[in-house]
Amino acid sequence: MLKFVVRRLLSAIPTLLILIALAFCLIRLAPGGPFDGEKQLPPEIEANLRAAYHLDEPLYRQFGRYMANLARGDFGPSFQYRDFSVTELIRSGFPVSLKLGGLAMLLALLIGVTAGSVAALRQNSLIDHGVMTTAMIGISIPNFVVAPLLILVFAVGLRWLPAGGLGDGSPRHLVLPVIALALPQVAYIARLTRGSMIEVLRSPFIRTARAQGLSMRRIMVLHALKPTLLPVVSYLGPATAAVVTGSVVIEQIFGVPGLGRYFVQGALNRDYTLVMGVVVFYGTLIIVFNFLVDLIYGWLDPRVRP
Amino acid sequence: MPDGFALPCRLGIVATVLLLTGCGGESDPRSAVGIGGQTGQELAADQTLHVGNYAEPQTLDPHRAEGVPASNILRDLYEGLTSEAPDGAVVPGVAASWEVSADGRVYTFRLRDDARWSNGDPVTAEDFVYGFRRTVNPATLSHYSSILEPIDNAAAIIAGEQPPETLGVEAVDAHTLVIRLTGPTPYLPGLLNHSTTYPVHRRSVEEHGNRFARPGQLIGNGAYRLAEWNVQSHIKLVRNEHYWDDKATTIDTVFYYPIENQDTELKRFRADELDITNDIPYQQLNWIRENLGSDLVVSAYLGSYYFGYNVTRPPFKGNAKLRRALSLAVDRDIITERITNAGEIPAYGWVPPVTGYPPAEPEWAGWTQAERNAEARQLYAQAGYSAERPLTVEILYNTSENHKRTSVAIASMWKETLGVETKLLNQEWKVFLDTRRRKETTEVFRAGWIGDYNDAFSFSQLMHSANEMNHAGYASPAYDALIDSAASEQNTDVRAAILARAEAQLLEDMPIIPVYFYVSKHLVKQWVGGRRPNIMDHHYTKNFYILEH
Repeated sequence: MLKFVVRRLLSAIPTLLILIALAFCLIRLAPGGPFDGEKQLPPEIEANLRAAYHLDEPLYRQFGRYMANLARGDFGPSFQYRDFSVTELIRSGFPVSLKLGGLAMLLALLIGVTAGSVAALRQNSLIDHGVMTTAMIGISIPNFVVAPLLILVFAVGLRWLPAGGLGDGSPRHLVLPVIALALPQVAYIARLTRGSMIEVLRSPFIRTARAQGLSMRRIMVLHALKPTLLPVVSYLGPATAAVVTGSVVIEQIFGVPGLGRYFVQGALNRDYTLVMGVVVFYGTLIIVFNFLVDLIYGWLDPRVRP
Repeated sequence: MPDGFALPCRLGIVATVLLLTGCGGESDPRSAVGIGGQTGQELAADQTLHVGNYAEPQTLDPHRAEGVPASNILRDLYEGLTSEAPDGAVVPGVAASWEVSADGRVYTFRLRDDARWSNGDPVTAEDFVYGFRRTVNPATLSHYSSILEPIDNAAAIIAGEQPPETLGVEAVDAHTLVIRLTGPTPYLPGLLNHSTTYPVHRRSVEEHGNRFARPGQLIGNGAYRLAEWNVQSHIKLVRNEHYWDDKATTIDTVFYYPIENQDTELKRFRADELDITNDIPYQQLNWIRENLGSDLVVSAYLGSYYFGYNVTRPPFKGNAKLRRALSLAVDRDIITERITNAGEIPAYGWVPPVTGYPPAEPEWAGWTQAERNAEARQLYAQAGYSAERPLTVEILYNTSENHKRTSVAIASMWKETLGVETKLLNQEWKVFLDTRRRKETTEVFRAGWIGDYNDAFSFSQLMHSANEMNHAGYASPAYDALIDSAASEQNTDVRAAILARAEAQLLEDMPIIPVYFYVSKHLVKQWVGGRRPNIMDHHYTKNFYILEH
């Protein structure tokens, strides 16, 4: 087991390095630079700025400098948010995204797995069709439609909940964004669970369990649920990494100060260091989550245990 | 010259509100109703203001900041030598009065002696000298320092050729400041409420370096001080009890929210979470007019929306007739009525309506569109084009629904009137900026310019051949000579006339297609008082108050 863990962690290093090098080159290949704006800077001021941020150096040296700083955990100063370092921005944005995304995934998992299992048990019943139709709608209606609708109804119309922002951080501010984030995930997880559960219920070991006279409840909880969750778990890894690093659409619509907005704004502003910081952070999270998924997989399915 | 017309408005909250109408000229219907008594127009107990502010400011360091969102907040946090009244008129700020030398090149400012930093320290002339020198010092990395180039030696200091100490700004004593200029600059008082001219608190800057502009560290001299800065969430300011005019300030707390999405902003306004929005979603303009009409505030804004020709390359190089033909064939009324539709003013000239400037509208501004089209066809033919040999041209714009619709409209007007074949090319903002600056492939490009100060020069100088924002590549010795002579002209009327002649020259050469002058568009709750529209769209929270609602 330990060997497996160490091997996996070591193999993550070249992946990350390639990711960093690619992102570093790609963002610099994009036309336009961090100091371009409607007000064109006088050449001497621009030259001065480029020198201050070492952009006048050859690319390999910039990369070397970046890697050396990264090794010390320093993501560098943001080009756009001139009073903040990228580390500070990630530190302020990530907890918000993590909280929203974590709650949304938890909600999605609870509702999705329950609804999917119920639908599978009552296959082709009214409940099944109801759940699957709702899930289909949930998957096909995009976030940017659902979120404004939620705001219109619950904030502008009924005035039950705030329309945006995090305010003082009270749970009231989290309700709408969490629901909007969770909805498509609920739908997807419900469909995955149903499909997988139906397959599991048809497999020989369940038939054996039934033949032994075990109650359906016992079969479900002790035998069927674990294998059912396999596809859900493999979906959860990257999905959780994506959701907890912030949904750009949701954060824009609700005005939530999460990590997702930095990604897009960083790219649009050619804020090289901010984009790099978010890419490295996001890449690391994906690797970690995939690793966790593999560990959970091993626990759920003895056949793939390392 | 505004030789220290001290505002006689310091009589406490209620009096300020009443006097705003008295000091400002035309009356604001909101403040015209008496405050208090039987009218129901009591001040609200909670004086907290929530303002939509578009984007996160890059920094609250006044010398390194740029852009409208940062300026809006900095106006509350700092005060320059001059300030602005609610209607935009330049009024004394930290300087109580000033004098100008006969040649217009030396300004002497008398600073008020009750001006204080937010920690209680007195604001002195030395603080201003330190601030000006810091802005032009290349090490500060100010993006906007070139705006100070009218000051003696500023250009050489910015270019790194001279030390900052040689700047023509000098403290004669603690409360007297002298600014020496390279030439008469009649707009200087208006420039002195730009953030690059704000003083900074020397001790805290030296202690915290470039990170002094953060909560707990920022010491300002404005009516408010920085309480919280939660990036991408909000910036919270509370009143600065040490501000010299604090007793006339009504709003206690102001929140600025970075909300780039206008639909989001509108919803938060409708949910009463915002008192003032930064903008409105233009697709919902009609809905807003019908449902929130009394909250909608639209007013003229110091900005010019235009398209430019790349005059350094064919087909527009040396072809003024073709440029005029295409410009005449654009029906501005259709664009402002059907596309932008918020009350934008059709533009036939380059300089928006600014104070003390006779606009140089060309003759054809008064024609009907049919007459313009007829003239356009003639010019088009004289330039050597016809139905058999049509012009093929490309319009470049940055990706945006409004620019797209405007470009499509212009292309179809050209097609219909002249038979021009137009290709449309849109690019992401930074790509667009890069392409436009290179002048290698562009033919016709979109552009817009918002004036930095309320003077024609803020626009006129843009078309000077040496200006880096002259994207058309327009280089007319006659135009340049007029701009240069205006810069050294002492008589303000003569100067304005010279600038008008320059604009007439520009419109004769037609390196650009003026389309419209901008308007500012905000939603403002009925209970916000003391706010008046002005052409710079500059507002100071200290002038606002919230009515009971």
